[in-house]
Amino acid sequence: MLSAILMFSGLGAAFGLLLGYAATRFRVDSDPVVDQIDSLLPQTQCGQCGFAGCHPYAEAMANGDADINQCPPGGEATIQALADLLGRDPKPLNPEHGEEKPKLVALIDEKTCIGCTLCIQACPVDAILGAAKQMHTVIESECTGCELCIEPCPVDCIDMVEVEQSLDTWQWPYPSTGSSIVSDAA
Amino acid sequence: MSRSDPPLWRFHGGLKLSGHKSESTGLPVTEPPLPQRLILPLQQHIGRPAEPCVSVGTRVLKGQLLAAADGYISASLHAPTSGLVESIEMRPIPHPSGLSAPSVVLRSDGEDQWIDGLTDQDSAPLDAIALRHRVRAAGIVGLGGAAFPAAVKLNPGPQRILEQLILNGAECEPYISCDDMLMRERAADILSGAGLLCRALGVARCLIGIEDNKPEALAALEAALAASPNPGVEVRRVPTIYPTGGEKQLIRVLTGKEVPAHGIPAEIGIVCHNVGTALAVHEAMTLGRPLISRYITVTGQGVATPRNLEVRFGTPVSELVAACGGYTERADRLIIGGPMMGFALATDEVPVVKGSNCILVASNQELPQPGPVMPCIRCGACTEVCPAGLLPQQLYWYARARDFDKVQDYSVFDCIECGCCATVCPSRIPLVQYYRYAKTAIWAQEREKEKADLARQRHQFRLERQDREKNERAARMSKKRAALEVSDTGSDSKKAAIEAALARARAKKAGVRSDASSTAAPESARIPETADDRARTEKP
Repeated sequence: MLSAILMFSGLGAAFGLLLGYAATRFRVDSDPVVDQIDSLLPQTQCGQCGFAGCHPYAEAMANGDADINQCPPGGEATIQALADLLGRDPKPLNPEHGEEKPKLVALIDEKTCIGCTLCIQACPVDAILGAAKQMHTVIESECTGCELCIEPCPVDCIDMVEVEQSLDTWQWPYPSTGSSIVSDAA
Repeated sequence: MSRSDPPLWRFHGGLKLSGHKSESTGLPVTEPPLPQRLILPLQQHIGRPAEPCVSVGTRVLKGQLLAAADGYISASLHAPTSGLVESIEMRPIPHPSGLSAPSVVLRSDGEDQWIDGLTDQDSAPLDAIALRHRVRAAGIVGLGGAAFPAAVKLNPGPQRILEQLILNGAECEPYISCDDMLMRERAADILSGAGLLCRALGVARCLIGIEDNKPEALAALEAALAASPNPGVEVRRVPTIYPTGGEKQLIRVLTGKEVPAHGIPAEIGIVCHNVGTALAVHEAMTLGRPLISRYITVTGQGVATPRNLEVRFGTPVSELVAACGGYTERADRLIIGGPMMGFALATDEVPVVKGSNCILVASNQELPQPGPVMPCIRCGACTEVCPAGLLPQQLYWYARARDFDKVQDYSVFDCIECGCCATVCPSRIPLVQYYRYAKTAIWAQEREKEKADLARQRHQFRLERQDREKNERAARMSKKRAALEVSDTGSDSKKAAIEAALARARAKKAGVRSDASSTAAPESARIPETADDRARTEKP
């Protein structure tokens, strides 16, 4: 009897120490839930959700301070993915934060640009190239379409343009399900 | 060729379709008249588009390089005739999207003059690497339809041990007969190409698989083989079941081996090439000619004289139809490729490219418009015919629900889009459309994910940089404040500063009078002050 008690206490202590050591040795610095949420967000860094970027929004969601329907660039697909991850019910996008739009990128009218660098400072992903009193230009492949550069521009020379479809980005359309069939439309 | 029938295997599913081959095999192959303008898209292959190496206004000769392969998985493009490069611009291409792509527009000068120096190559037998390089330089791609650069397939990597080459002459899709005609008319050259491919791959054995609905092609190849015997090469008659011409299906039929899911045939020691590719390799090696033309079937009830043509790449489809007597009254739909795997063209002004094998001008009777789509009744007919052994019904449900994880769990990327499932579906569900949709949607998602990861990385870097700048500024400020405090503690700090300034002025005056050695001291003394000034101007 006593030996059994001793043995199990010993085992408990040993495993406790082992787990304690593992917890410090293999410590995960960031919250895995926040990272999981963050990986579902579109990384536009536009701040339309009311937070200063995608990661802060992910933190707020993980803490329960923000709802899952505040990301207009992600739209319905992101809300669905977040609902799946967090085990919540999907809900429509909150119109207070904006509406879902086709993918856009910023385009600087290089003739009008005065080289003030205000847009460079506003860009959350350093996608604008230029220097003071030099013409600026947008690196299209890095632009997330956040529109944060539009407002600070004093000469209004930045436009948001739709990304042109190419052979590489073309997709087969979703087949029409034949709306005449009642049971199929359900 | 031994008459005792060697063993053949069966692949799962498949369909027996009516061939409709004889319509276009009655006449010998001819060349259509040389068109005035050839439109040559820079991307006629899988991989990166070729990089143009001619400019507008350049006069080029037949066989001259127009655009060079850009990277390993890419293919060069050569001038199909002599003439003038009229423009390099966006032109509609044969693609289901109907989009335009950058193309070289070549105006023919009618002389059709070959470039010099094609044939004076050394006649010594080339080793595998030299063969591969020449295949690459000739711009040869798989002519079965996928247009994958052939040189890449000839380089399976050192870790893979190859056993045999399979030449695909099955041509299983109805209406298409270009490979049939090619085997009838160019059998000896195909065998020569097969030998070269074997040498490039380092294999001794080659199987040529031909469906038994092409007796003339079988006879021609057997006769050619009898004329120049090669113990390693065998011609095999395979049963006519659609889609035997699929790479994995033909390998299964001829060898009994299964290519692993998501894998390539080289993993099981086999490389498969189309008979047309073998001919192109023969032409490149023996005549030095790059790939500039191919056999194309023009057929269907919508053309007056269905037949096969040897067509230069870049010829508009309209010219092909004209060369076959033009459209008939029954012409209803213009399809590039066959009735099972082809796609409809919106206009006949698009050019034919390396991967084009058939122009089908179908009548309404040949390819009736599909009726209304009905709900799935779960009959399972699609599963029975799927040659890839997939579960088309499950794929359909998940693709319809846009559940892309599940679609991939059910191996949507192993679907060869042969169309068997959709053909047998009693509810006329466009199953293949769903799978194509799912595949491109998954690729789009992956692209977006990559872009999001890049944006996250850049944003994090920016935050770190801003943080670092803030810290550096704070450190500078505190240092300066400390320096000010130290000087303030002295009782006559202002007096001391004035004294110091006077001393400096005196030193400077002395420096001006005396030689360079005495100026060194005041110069160095001034440096901290200017550094201090700089810090002040940077203060926000």
